Amino acid sequence: MDAHIQVKNLNVHYGKQQALKNINIDIPKNQITVIMGPSGCGKTTLLKTFNRFLELTDGTQITGEVLLDGQNIYDRDVDVTEVRKVVGLLAQRPSPLPMSIYDNIAYGMHIHKMKRDRKEYKAAVRHYLEIAGLWEEVHKRLHDPATSLSIGQQQRLCLARGLAVEPEIILGDEPTSALDPISSQNIESRLLDLKDQYTTVIVTHTLRQAKRLADYVIYMYLGEVIEAGPAKEVFSNPQHERTKAYLEGQI
Amino acid sequence: MSQVDPGNSPQPIQKVTGRLTRPVTASRARQNNLAQRTFFIFTLLPVLLILIVTVALLFRSWPIFNAYPLKDLLFGQVWKPNDGLFGFRPFILGTFWVTAVGVVLAVPACILVSIYLAEYAHNKTRSIAKPVLDLLAAIPPVVYGVWGLLAIVPFVDKVLAPLSGRWLDSVSIFAVNQPTGFGILSAGIVLAVMIAPLIISVMFEIFSTVPNDLRHASLAVGATQWQTIRNIILPQVGPGIIAAVVLGASRALGETIAVLMVVGNIPQIPTSIFDSAYPLPALIANNYGEMMSIPLYDAALLSAALVLLAVILIFNILSMLVIQRMLRRKWAS
Repeated sequence: MDAHIQVKNLNVHYGKQQALKNINIDIPKNQITVIMGPSGCGKTTLLKTFNRFLELTDGTQITGEVLLDGQNIYDRDVDVTEVRKVVGLLAQRPSPLPMSIYDNIAYGMHIHKMKRDRKEYKAAVRHYLEIAGLWEEVHKRLHDPATSLSIGQQQRLCLARGLAVEPEIILGDEPTSALDPISSQNIESRLLDLKDQYTTVIVTHTLRQAKRLADYVIYMYLGEVIEAGPAKEVFSNPQHERTKAYLEGQI
Repeated sequence: MSQVDPGNSPQPIQKVTGRLTRPVTASRARQNNLAQRTFFIFTLLPVLLILIVTVALLFRSWPIFNAYPLKDLLFGQVWKPNDGLFGFRPFILGTFWVTAVGVVLAVPACILVSIYLAEYAHNKTRSIAKPVLDLLAAIPPVVYGVWGLLAIVPFVDKVLAPLSGRWLDSVSIFAVNQPTGFGILSAGIVLAVMIAPLIISVMFEIFSTVPNDLRHASLAVGATQWQTIRNIILPQVGPGIIAAVVLGASRALGETIAVLMVVGNIPQIPTSIFDSAYPLPALIANNYGEMMSIPLYDAALLSAALVLLAVILIFNILSMLVIQRMLRRKWAS
């Protein structure tokens, strides 16, 4: 397996409480990895160690390593903004920035000064709106506030905004849990379309979504990784009792 | 702005009968009515109070408005009650100078402190700094006055004035014409320290109204914390920052005792921050109750109070309009 992210001996504490216990996993490149498990098991915590979002909360202690193409993102001389540029995040609730649709997409590109002139920005905004399947719906009102979009459209906008800074990895923290079924399906099909180009890691608590999306599965319970492996194997033949119980709907 | 007034709803009340309705008894209706009226009266009270104070001041200062045209009072430059000269201009300008210096000194520091507390500081730092700031707001003005007298006035006299005399003497607002230390700058420094806790605490609250989701959305694409503050948070809190500044300025406009202890109290038109001045509140506090035998003196002082009230009201109303416009533009964009 070609691992894009490698997690080694990762421990996370919130104050005195241990949220992640000695995690060791590999995340395969250009596949969709789904982290699943009952609520409170640490799936979101694990996800947020990948873009160093965990340290935004006061009092978190992180030990161990998260290697991105072999480089530990927690090394002292790593620039956190570079990490977050390479590792994009699609949040649980869509969070459009308080600006126009156009500016939302251009925001990250401006921050990193990725384009030379207006023309290039315009072309890039269009490109990423098309990838997110939003261009047809919004091209006539690019300068309307992003909050005027429906929730489902907002989430696709956030996807486009994340992709616009050219990440290699997309993290999704239950990215469809706030959406209606049709919008959820839309986001899911975008993620499936994109999986050849991006390494995708999704946290979900719906088993059916996991089955629809996953190439690779991580099952967590109480801060520990119980089982990890290719989706086909884990779903059809779980090695661990707990995973089996979860898949059968007992947890 | 929208108010719900159940008593005035345009739709006719429909009689509904069914399992869930029950007749409203007369006593229940009376109770409801009484309760509503009580709440209404207590809400109205503050509004009435402003009106009453204004009307009473207007009434008591009427004699002087009768004796002199308003223009002479507001723009008159000479204050000699014994000779029947009542020009408020030095006092009005003194008030503005002192307030302006206080606000200019306080606001930049307050913005930095509130950004630091709201966006950068650890919970621990915040939990110590916030109560200390609130405590600062609880220090009585007279204590600030004494501090100004003992520390700031000599500091201005011995350090700032000579420095300014050396480097900035050609700039008229920094010229040292009356080297005593008592003056606008001393009052401004004292005011700045007095209004800072208020401004910081309001600004801090405003920063905390920005949802974390927005911060995270910006950080997630690789923006630095400062880029997030500049591009996302500051545009959001703009109107609130203005509101906080206005609140601080209103407090400064009316501050009396601490100012009058250090400002020099000379009724002249100030031209430099090192000049002495005589703001309106100091005028009223220093003189009301004394020399009341001078004709029209009482009316003159009360009209000074009226002018001060008017200035503060106009100031607040204007700023409310500005804030509303900014908000409307934000929703519109």
